[in-house]
Parts: sequence; structure tokens; C-alpha cells
Amino acid sequence: MANFEIVAREDFSDVTYLLEVRHPLMAKAARAGQFVIVMSHEHGERIPLTIADFDRKKGTITLVIQAVGKTTKEMQQECVVGTSLYGVTGPMGIPSHIDKVRKVACVGGGLGVAPIFPHARAFKEAGAYVIGIVGFRNSDLMFWEDKFKAVCDEFIVCTDDGSAGIKGNVTFGIKRAIRLHPDLDEVVAIGPPIMMKGCAETTREHKIKTMVSLNPLMVDGTGMCGGCRVKIGSQVKFACVDGPDFDGHQVDFDDLMTRLKRFTTQEHAAVERWSETCRMTNPLKTLGIPARRGEEEALPDPFDEVAGG
Amino acid sequence: MAKKKTIRTIPQERTPMREQPASVRVKNFAEVACGFTLEDALRESERCLLCPEQPCVEGCPVGIDIPGFIQKISEKDFRGAYDVLTDTNLLPAICGRVCPQENQCEGVCTVGDSLEPVAVGRLERWVGDQAIAAGWANIPYIEPAPFKVGIVGSGPAGMACAADMAKAGCDVTIYEAFHQPGGVLRYGIPDFRLPNEVIDAEIGKLKQLGVKFECNTLVGRLFTIEQMIDELGFHAVFVGTGAGYPTMLGIPGDSLNGVLSANELLTRCNLMRAKEFPNFDTPLPIGKRVAVVGAGNTAMDAMRVCKRLGAEKVYCVYRRSRAEAPARAEEVHHAEEEGIEFHWLTNPVEVLDDGKGGVRGMRCMRMELGEPDDSGRRRPVAVAGSEHDIETDLVVFAIGTNANPIMGQTSSLKLNKRGYIDADDRFATSVAGVYAGGDIVTGAATVIEAMGAGRQAARSMKTYLGIRDAEVPYSIDGRGSGNRMFGIDPAERNFARIRAA
Repeated sequence: MANFEIVAREDFSDVTYLLEVRHPLMAKAARAGQFVIVMSHEHGERIPLTIADFDRKKGTITLVIQAVGKTTKEMQQECVVGTSLYGVTGPMGIPSHIDKVRKVACVGGGLGVAPIFPHARAFKEAGAYVIGIVGFRNSDLMFWEDKFKAVCDEFIVCTDDGSAGIKGNVTFGIKRAIRLHPDLDEVVAIGPPIMMKGCAETTREHKIKTMVSLNPLMVDGTGMCGGCRVKIGSQVKFACVDGPDFDGHQVDFDDLMTRLKRFTTQEHAAVERWSETCRMTNPLKTLGIPARRGEEEALPDPFDEVAGG
Repeated sequence: MAKKKTIRTIPQERTPMREQPASVRVKNFAEVACGFTLEDALRESERCLLCPEQPCVEGCPVGIDIPGFIQKISEKDFRGAYDVLTDTNLLPAICGRVCPQENQCEGVCTVGDSLEPVAVGRLERWVGDQAIAAGWANIPYIEPAPFKVGIVGSGPAGMACAADMAKAGCDVTIYEAFHQPGGVLRYGIPDFRLPNEVIDAEIGKLKQLGVKFECNTLVGRLFTIEQMIDELGFHAVFVGTGAGYPTMLGIPGDSLNGVLSANELLTRCNLMRAKEFPNFDTPLPIGKRVAVVGAGNTAMDAMRVCKRLGAEKVYCVYRRSRAEAPARAEEVHHAEEEGIEFHWLTNPVEVLDDGKGGVRGMRCMRMELGEPDDSGRRRPVAVAGSEHDIETDLVVFAIGTNANPIMGQTSSLKLNKRGYIDADDRFATSVAGVYAGGDIVTGAATVIEAMGAGRQAARSMKTYLGIRDAEVPYSIDGRGSGNRMFGIDPAERNFARIRAA
């Protein structure tokens, strides 16, 4: 397999962008909860990205990427429609188990908003009552509201500054959903580890099954290196082949957050080195995308990066 | 005919191979062993007695006609030597470098009974290198067969199987999950032991045979084995995905950031070329003092990689003694020369936290050898009160692998209780038309054993597909009739000379 052509691109903000990549076989095989490993060029690193959407008719998969590391920043600059990625492998990981549940809350925070969409759609298709809960820093950063509304029976938006929906993070949304729906069967949460930890803690006392999608650093994504090992209860699991979905009440999030910092020094050095050698200081100006409020000054949460490797 | 060689007339000393001096090579990734010169090869080839027993052929997992190719070298028919080698072994330049010859051909060599054995591996490598340099390739006339064969995994098992099926005329496609083919040869074995050019050359030969490589393809997840047969039109499939899943230490502290598997270290360094960071984007953890747990080939590779990346101290921590170390003798020897510190009979019990998520040391117990265990090796037993700390900031574990779960998760192939694919002695799996071999069947083993399995599986596939296999004439014991005189195996030596009246 080669030549993974980018057929569409959309910029949600000056750090978040969407790439639609042609890969008919993958579009056919992909299911909610799976991810791909992307290599943007021959010298690149392998970064895991959750599949945010797939279109079997068009034969494309959709990735939503936050430009926080060297690779994702470089991709933001270079991946335009018509270019190709060097490698896209997948779909990896065990697909999420779409149980025959009656009522489910699909929770996405930050970068987790896009990957939670296939879950919401799959649960809807399986006949469940779907409550979509998404969290953003402010209303300007919101995207895919229409897509979610089309597959959700209820849709709750949470923003840190209250510029849209509930003021506060997604756990406020979960609390509201639990209050309104005491018969909630399951919560699925995707986002930065700290947010998933918060979700798991919110549902723990209510004994609601909570699945989270973990995003540790990876190299191969096929179970071969063990870099993505996570602690689940008393066991060690590899997120790439044993997950990425795990029972949120069992996950050791502190261990996950520590392990995500493995290469912080090298990552910072790589970004700095790249920024210096990069002639275009602000790629988005050339693309004509206005910077949005609240993003340029806020340093991205390092945990937002699904990238690694 | 030349006078018959005897143990007294052959060169007594084994021909040494030129190597980069240890002090130089620990600073580069170029190949350590520089290979034989023409003179070296000719001299060493004289040391083979061409004995009738040919124990080396038996000792070789793929049954290379070892005396045959050595004789060709001594006759200066180098192309002929290559032809003999490639009759059975597709990748001589690779096997000559990475086979554990001391446990195989050289371990049973007749010369080895009284002198040092013939350096079969070095000669094999020499011939393989000549072939690469001269661009020799044995592309036979291939009679097309109307079959499509899919190979899952581009490591040694898959490549060997692919070559045989391509020679049998099949349309062969190899699927690889990584972005480059070669499997363990590419991601696992470092450049200083097996240069990438050698792998590329051998893969090039497969392409000349018409084999297609599809990288970035994760079989099982992108499409399943069953889909390959039912939808993609493959008549037979070979699964050679390797063992994969590294074993953790299972001791306190093993999830600290300074702890990683040898597989991860080697993949980052070799395949992802993290040693050239930041020209390549993949970062690599670099330790000042590195402790590698285990003493197999992978452990030796990991230690020597760390040394080359600039570690001041590299320790090998192994719970048994040197005699039980599973690595090739040459690798242990090279590691010692390069200044690796060996802590034999030492078992880690805890990795110590530096308070910031990293490693500050490793607590170990001293061991002593007790009664033999299931593997026949003496079981190490902890010495009470022998806890001591080794100062280290990077811990690499190279203590073996478990079965990769992807095939089991995505297909109906029957697995054994350890999670490996259940295959019979003809390498057939529980699904008709699907064969499996290499580490995914046997658990971690060697490159040549995987290649042997790939070739055996190819033989079974040909039978399954109904392809006439000219390479395997009917013979009762499978050794072929060529070795027999009037139906008597020369090795039996159960005939007496009689004098006609």
C-alpha cells in the first residue's frame, strides 16, 4: 500500500485540522474505536491517530489532528489536498464493543470530540438512546455540531468559559445526564487522560460502566514494542492490541500521564529546531485561516497530543 | 583427483575474520565483522574434509549442501558455490551472518572433533556477499501456475515461503504491517550485525522472482485471513507474523519511563533510525548507564546499540551463568570486547524510581544454579540476603516474547494454549489452505529456523494446490536419492569391501 492521498482538508482552528485520506480498504474495515498509525514522510515518526470518521462509499477515512508536536505541526503545514501521506496503517486496535445498551453517553473532550463521533453513530445505529457530550475551551473552537446532532438524541456542549452550553468541563455534562437519566447504562469517554480520569471518577459512585480510549506513546501499533503498556487494575496491557478501549474504573491514569512524558525533552527540542529551520513563521496566514480567540495564548495541553512514538 | 584430505593435511587453524577494532566500532554502526577476503575463503574452504557423514547438512535447519558449496569454493567456482547454496537457502548473505552456527552446522562438524570446526557461516556469508557485489541472481525459468498466494509478514519465514511459491509459478504477494519489508531483519537486528544493504539486496532478489510487497498493511485488521481466501481470491495463505509481544519483567517499577523492551529500543534505532535523530523524527531514550536484562541475541544487540549511542556503562544482567546464555557465541564475545559488563547469576527484583518517573537503579539478587529445569538448564535459585543495587538510568528487558494476539483476535485459526498458532508437522493450520510457520508457531527462535519453516510450509502448500514439486523427488526418508549408492545410505557404512577372485 502506498499513496495515501489527502482528498479534503478543513481547519477548525489554528491548531486543529481535519484530513480526509483516500483508503478504500480501510474505510471498509474501520469501526468505532480504532486508530491508524500515520507516517507523514520517509524520515517521519509513526504517530497513532484515532479514526474520527470513515466513509465507505467514498472510500475515505477522516483524521482530526491537533498541531502540538513537531510532526503534527509539520503536517499542518504540508498536508494539503492533493498531497499524499507516506504511510497510513490500520485500522488498529480492537473495535469498541457496541453493546445492545439502551442509553449511552458519548463524551468527547478537546481532541477526543472527533473520535467519539463514530461511537455515537454506531450506538445510534444499534438502536440506543444516545446522549452526546462534548467539551471545548470556548465556543469558537467548536466543530461538528451538526454531525453530532444528527446521531444524538440529546446533545450537551460544555465550555470552560461558558461561551456555549454548560460552563465547566464535560464532567458537568455527565452529571447532568445522570441526573436526567438515572437509567444511563454506559458512558464512553475520549479525550486527554485528565479528562477521562475525571469522567471515570464521576461515574464511579453511580456504578455506571465507563469505557475510555487510551492514547499512550506507540511505535509500531501491532503489539511488538510494548511502549504503549498501560496499567489496568493489577494487569499490564498493551493499548495497541489489547485496547485502546479499557474499563475507565480500572485504568491507572497517573501512570499513563507519567508515561506520556517520556520524551518531553526530545519533543520540545524537535519542535524548537523545526520552528527555527522553518521559514514560514505562521503557516495559517498563508492558508488564510484567521487565528481564533483563546488558542494562540493557551499552550496546548501536552496530553492532547495523541501523537508519540 | 586431488589427494584425499585428512585432518593432518588441512590448515590446522580456523581462518580468523577481520573485524573493526572494539575501540573504533563502539562509535559507529558499521558492520563489526568485515568478512573474509578471497584468500581467507580459499584457505578456509581447504579445511573441509568433505567427509562422507556430512553431519553439517543434518545440523542445518534447511539442509544446505555444505560440503558441496565449500568444494565449489575450493575449486574457485564461486558462482557454482552460490548455485549450490541457493538451491536450499535463499538468503546466504543474511544466514551467514545471523545463524547460530555453533549450535548447528559447525557444532557437529567432523573437523571440530579434533580442531576448530570449519567456519561454514563465514564461508556462506562470503559467497552471499560475492553474489550481491556481482549482482548474481538465480532466476529460474518459472512455469506459471494459476494460483494466488498471500504471505502475511515479510520476515524470514515469509520471505523463504514466498521465494519457493514464486519459483513454483504462483502469483505471490507479501503483506507487511510496517512501512518497510524485512520483519525482524529490519527492525530487530542492528546494522553493525546485518547491514540494511544486505537486506535490500535479498529483498530485491525476491522482487526479481515476481514477488510483490505490500507494506503498511495490517492483515487481520485491514482484512482478515478468511477474507483473503473468500474475497481477495487467494488460493493459499502463509502466516509468518512472528512472536512479537514482549514479555515484561513483572517486578515493581517496570512501568517507569526509563524501562523499555529491547524490541522498542531496537525498532526505534534500526527501523525508525532514531540514532539519526533529529534528522529522523523518532526519539530514542539514551541512558548513561544502561542495564539490559537477558542474555540472548536480542539482549546483546540492545547492549551494543546502547554502547554505540554513547552510554558510558552497559551492564548485562542475567539470572543464569555464561554457559546458559542463549546468544550466539560470537555475539557474547563481541559484546565482551566492546566493554559490556556482565553480571551473570544476577536477577532483578525491583526497578528503583528516581522520584520523577524515571529510573535511578535496579535492585538485584545473586543467584546460584540448582537442579536442571524443563529446558535442561540448571535452575537459578536466589541466594538469601544477596540484594544489591546496580546504578542505572535505563533498563532494557530482553527476556523473550509472547504470541502476538492479532491473528487470534481476528481469525478462526486455532491457537495452542500459549496463544501461538496451532500448526501440524506439515505447517497446516486449522483452516484449509492456511499455513503458518516461524515464531508465531514455535515461539521465539532463529532466523534460519523461521526460513526452514517457511520452506516446509511452501512444500505443503504446493501439495495442497496440486503443484508438481520437482524439488522433492519421492524418497522414503526425505533425504533424496542422490545421496545413496545402490540404495544404501553412505552414512550407514554397513558394507564391506570384497575382493573379486
